[in-house]
Amino acid sequence: MFEIMDKKVLAPNIKWIRVRAPIVARNAHAGQFVILRLHEKGERIPLTLFKWNEEEGYIELVFQEVGKTTYELGSYEPGDKIMDVVGPLGNPTPIQNYGTAVIVSGGVGAPIGYAVTRALKEAGNRVVSIIGFRSKEYVILEDEFKKISDELLITTDDGSYIRKGFTTDVLREYLENGGKADYVFTVGPVIMMKLISQITKEYGIKTDASLNPLMVDGTGMCGACRVTVGGEIKFACADGPDFDAHQVDFDELMSRLVEYRPEEKIALDKYMKGGC
Amino acid sequence: MPKPLKKQRVPMPEQDPKERIHNFNEVALGYTWELALEEASRCLQCPVNHAPCIKGCPVDVNIPGFIKKIREKDIKGALEIIHETNALPCITGRVCPQEQQCEMHCVMGKVGDKINIGKLERFVADEAKKMGIYPEVYIAPNNGKKVAIIGSGPAGLTAAADLVKMGYDVTVFEALHDYGGVLIYGIPEFRLPKEIARYEVEYLKSLGVKFIKNVVVGKTLTIYDILNDYDAVFLGTGAGTPNFLNIPGVNLKGIYSANEFLTRINLMKAFKFPEYDTPIKRGKKLAVIGGGNVAMDAARSALRIGYEEVYIIYRRTKEYMTARKEEIKHAEEEGVKFMFLVSPVEFVGNEEGNVKAVVLIMNELGEPDESGRRRPKPVPGTEFGLEVDAVVFAIGQRPNKVLYQEVPELKVTKWGTLIVDEKYRTTMKGVFAGGDAVRGEATVVLAMGDGKRGARAIDEYLKGEPWPEKIEPKNF
Repeated sequence: MFEIMDKKVLAPNIKWIRVRAPIVARNAHAGQFVILRLHEKGERIPLTLFKWNEEEGYIELVFQEVGKTTYELGSYEPGDKIMDVVGPLGNPTPIQNYGTAVIVSGGVGAPIGYAVTRALKEAGNRVVSIIGFRSKEYVILEDEFKKISDELLITTDDGSYIRKGFTTDVLREYLENGGKADYVFTVGPVIMMKLISQITKEYGIKTDASLNPLMVDGTGMCGACRVTVGGEIKFACADGPDFDAHQVDFDELMSRLVEYRPEEKIALDKYMKGGC
Repeated sequence: MPKPLKKQRVPMPEQDPKERIHNFNEVALGYTWELALEEASRCLQCPVNHAPCIKGCPVDVNIPGFIKKIREKDIKGALEIIHETNALPCITGRVCPQEQQCEMHCVMGKVGDKINIGKLERFVADEAKKMGIYPEVYIAPNNGKKVAIIGSGPAGLTAAADLVKMGYDVTVFEALHDYGGVLIYGIPEFRLPKEIARYEVEYLKSLGVKFIKNVVVGKTLTIYDILNDYDAVFLGTGAGTPNFLNIPGVNLKGIYSANEFLTRINLMKAFKFPEYDTPIKRGKKLAVIGGGNVAMDAARSALRIGYEEVYIIYRRTKEYMTARKEEIKHAEEEGVKFMFLVSPVEFVGNEEGNVKAVVLIMNELGEPDESGRRRPKPVPGTEFGLEVDAVVFAIGQRPNKVLYQEVPELKVTKWGTLIVDEKYRTTMKGVFAGGDAVRGEATVVLAMGDGKRGARAIDEYLKGEPWPEKIEPKNF
């Protein structure tokens, strides 16, 4: 059992938790994720690692309540226990000194973007963070990003904070104004990653995208997370989750992500009505 | 005057096919005492030294010996004889392909039906379980040496059982949230109730084996981490990565690997959604690609979650199917439809990206391939469509590379299986391996045989046998 040590609400339906999991913290790296199962009847869901601390034996996760399991996890309080947490899973994001690295994160992709930004900064890169949110009330991790970014560009879809526009607009302006980018890392909604990768392809900038398909085991066993990269079948859990963004079939990923929408609705409705 | 030998074997009672396709309860119901005694009475009791059945058993169970004990109504005695070489009889009694092993060699076959050895083994194990009888086993005093077993499937559990009896401090690491490996995520409840795998694990715990779950070796802990803490390692990590055919439409929604389909149903209990949180697609027509036991498991599971028409799509003819005859028979009884000499060439989807049809092509059989089976050759112009709501790929699995992708010392074959020698030694000192991780995709009992011999080899190594300069690869 894995105890929740602390919890915060970062934005509407977006929560941060610190979980005691020394064995996960021990070998964790930026870009990796865990799979958790809340209880005996729970499903296995992947959540990406935001922070971790080997000495103190904990990991930190940020998640958005969208389905039954994330709502249920959101109802857990410090002292409550998650039945199973396994990880770190997936390959760490390949970190090297590229020169200037631009990290483009959207919404709840920000925690992963943060972990990768920090690792790229530590590797000697000049890091430029572009993060986008729906509106002011959904802005998360601003202070965290400020501390580690050489340049921080925040945008909101509706212009309620800092500026109006999508991360794609910000990236394009940055590049058009002569901003340097030797490497781009992108994580967030699939449509955003697709558009970001189109821009960087025009500019010929090496770009990795962190993919978030459905998963069951998360260890290369089931193939639920399969994605097409460069015409080949890859498992995001074992071969990824980061792939060359210019080779990823984002449309297929978008389609596969909603495979269980009807069932997810059934489960959530049932949960919201008070059954479990 | 002795009674004449009964030539026909005593069949095991089974659930009616019409009923059983609506539940996940076990199909074969088990012998009663009366039936078991009748079947046991047919055994000719060949002398142990040259009983052909024993030679056919990958783990050398003294078969005439335990059958004699059944005749004497001595369940404890029978169980102890089995346990001398087989720590998991509840499991082997159910899933061993006995017809290709012990039973194939049975002398009774010359005059009538061969003895139903598997069913008798199951009877002993189940009866003992029911009566709460455990075998008396000798556990050597702790010798201070630690062995890590990676994977709690049949190979790992067997190695753990043998090593703990030899006095080692044994810890089993499992990646999933429950123990048993393929026994719990792969083989369905109606062939092997999960409660049985759990029972066997509890038994090993009672012998002193330690179990740690949620540890993915290669990720959570590296093999180097493990070697720091343990004197030897046994890799029983199985063949967990599914194969797909890279043909158009393979990533449409509704197309599963058998691993995913069965894991959702068996391990995650998707058949009880939404009581359990994991969903599975329920439609009317489903096609399973493949002709092995896993394909039968997937097809029969599909019926049980409500699919009305389930097809087995197999590229060769019936006699080449690798599934056990019993499994094929069960699938046929339950209404699974078999299509032979056909292969998928494309999947067609609807506007939402869900699979709606599979395009198949007819094959003819050509020259035998390296497996000795005649190779299917597609006949141009014979394509036709089959409407489906879901597809399951059961065309084999390969070992999971997560374990060793960052361990250059561990060498693998071109099929991705770990290279080991006759003594199950890998190319990394102190690291042994067995089961599907070295064989590709085989059976539970062959994995158990590897676990046994691997344990013996580990014992010899830890007692001082030098590690060889060069590993001579064993062919499986």
